[in-house]
Amino acid sequence: MRWSVGSAWLTASHEQLVTVLPMHRIATIALGAFKESVRERVLYNLIVFAFLMIAAAILLGSISVGVEEFILVNFGLGAIAVFGLLMAIFIGIGLVSKEIERRTIYNILAKPVSRAEFILGKYAGLLLTLIINTAIMTAGFYVALAIVHKGLIGADISLLVAIYFILLQLAIVIGIAILFSCLSSPVLSAVLTFSVFIIGNVSGEIRRFGELSHSPVLEKVTSFLYYVLPNFGNLNVITDVAHQVAVPGFLIVANTCYALLYIAVLASAAVLIFERREFR
Amino acid sequence: MLAIETVKLTKDYKVGFFQTRSRRALDSLDLRVEAGEVFGLLGPNGAGKTTTLKLLFRLVFPTSGSARILGRELDDRSVHQRVGYLPENPYFYDHLTAEELLNYTGRLFGIEKHALRGRVNQLLEKVGLSEPRHVALRKFSKGMVQRVGIAQALINDPDVVFLDEPMSGLDPLGRREVRDLVLQLKAEGKTVFFSTHILSDAETLCDRVAILNRGKLEGCGELREILRLGVSATELVLENPSEQLLDELRPYVISMVRTGDRVRLEIREESDIPVALELALRHKIRVASLNPVKKSLEDYFLAHVGANAVVGGQRLANR
Repeated sequence: MRWSVGSAWLTASHEQLVTVLPMHRIATIALGAFKESVRERVLYNLIVFAFLMIAAAILLGSISVGVEEFILVNFGLGAIAVFGLLMAIFIGIGLVSKEIERRTIYNILAKPVSRAEFILGKYAGLLLTLIINTAIMTAGFYVALAIVHKGLIGADISLLVAIYFILLQLAIVIGIAILFSCLSSPVLSAVLTFSVFIIGNVSGEIRRFGELSHSPVLEKVTSFLYYVLPNFGNLNVITDVAHQVAVPGFLIVANTCYALLYIAVLASAAVLIFERREFR
Repeated sequence: MLAIETVKLTKDYKVGFFQTRSRRALDSLDLRVEAGEVFGLLGPNGAGKTTTLKLLFRLVFPTSGSARILGRELDDRSVHQRVGYLPENPYFYDHLTAEELLNYTGRLFGIEKHALRGRVNQLLEKVGLSEPRHVALRKFSKGMVQRVGIAQALINDPDVVFLDEPMSGLDPLGRREVRDLVLQLKAEGKTVFFSTHILSDAETLCDRVAILNRGKLEGCGELREILRLGVSATELVLENPSEQLLDELRPYVISMVRTGDRVRLEIREESDIPVALELALRHKIRVASLNPVKKSLEDYFLAHVGANAVVGGQRLANR
């Protein structure tokens, strides 16, 4: 290589540097995180899953008499939720900790990127990955439905509400995973995130258990857990849609607002912790 | 305006299982680096060089003291728009290709798309990575990663370039090229701040150096001044000298080393040189060379850091 003096790029200088908005940097980091997920072949596993879904649907349709549609909806939506959850946890916990472990973070934070922009960019990148994954799996699911129904029917469109709620759950789970990964090791982050997800799914039952215990302390503790931990139970309407029970409009609005608020709190906490973190 | 200034910059790290004890990594560092100079931060491993750079980039936070880059406080992130940084043993997103990494970095600086394309091409050419531009970084050798690291540090045409151990992982040719680059950047009026434990690099490139040891500034100044070009001794090399001549010369020399047919003598006093030469002529021994031995940065380093310091993997005392 030859380092010639006075070449064009050196004289081009700062006039070509436009004022960069934080959103531009967040988008750059988000697309980088998305590209990383794509290159790690996570998406391709999901495409394989989508095809397996179609095959499973055809098989189920042939062995279940009368309840094939109920089984298919439960099975399909449940699988979309579980696969999405696993991806949200396992990619989410690595998003920040892997950058620290590999020291790629040194280079990024030496650029005009704030720590908040870094966290938000990473969050947005993983969310984009999960939205695309979910879209692919949804496509596979609808192909399966079409095979069973010999074409799609109007009721099938209402299943999209359940898928939208799954996405809201995943968006919260990513926030939890990133928050924990700012605090602890990847393994501990995975355990903690999974625990919060499980407790969040049964927080209603835990609260009822506290009420039935007649112990004021236990009642307060379970009530505290109910309000502080994310309520994933409200975001799970798979059984309802499988029984073709309509999801009320206010629940869609309420769940959307709840998820947005919860994500905002999680992201703020992650940023606050990350701002104070040292990279030794 | 000063390019870099640190005032009583101090960093303590918490250590131990419960993080109750602290270890001082940097102790009241006062540095003033002028714009346009090549400044070398020297020191053995663990001296505090990387900690200084991490403090300047707010990867760690100071326990006390302050620092400024281009007159701005470190928490003013806009200053990063005008600096470039090559971390020690850099590791980049290895799923990206060299071209993609430079594009990604350029976008973080907000470089306009068309200008970025041109700049990426020129930088890749300059670091000799035009051909493997579409190869993923995970397939790169250490030297190639270092080259792409240098390219990304220059993507924004920075006013101040920070290079943490830039020669690390490079072969002799690559080291020469980086040396040329540093000199080129200096010729363009840029400030180059680099840390190294390889003294010859600093000696070749730096206008001024600071020497760190165990977190403390042991010395700082112009290289000319440090080396002062003072003649500490004179080296006389004789070809096939007899044992008798060597015995006669012994009172005038500090050291005597035989290499093959030649014997290298270090003469202490300038006034002893004519005596030594006369003795050699009298014994009809050929004088291969007679040279003043100049003080080197290594001598200075030894004197200030001590014989126990480890430099370039070798104990100085043994060299």
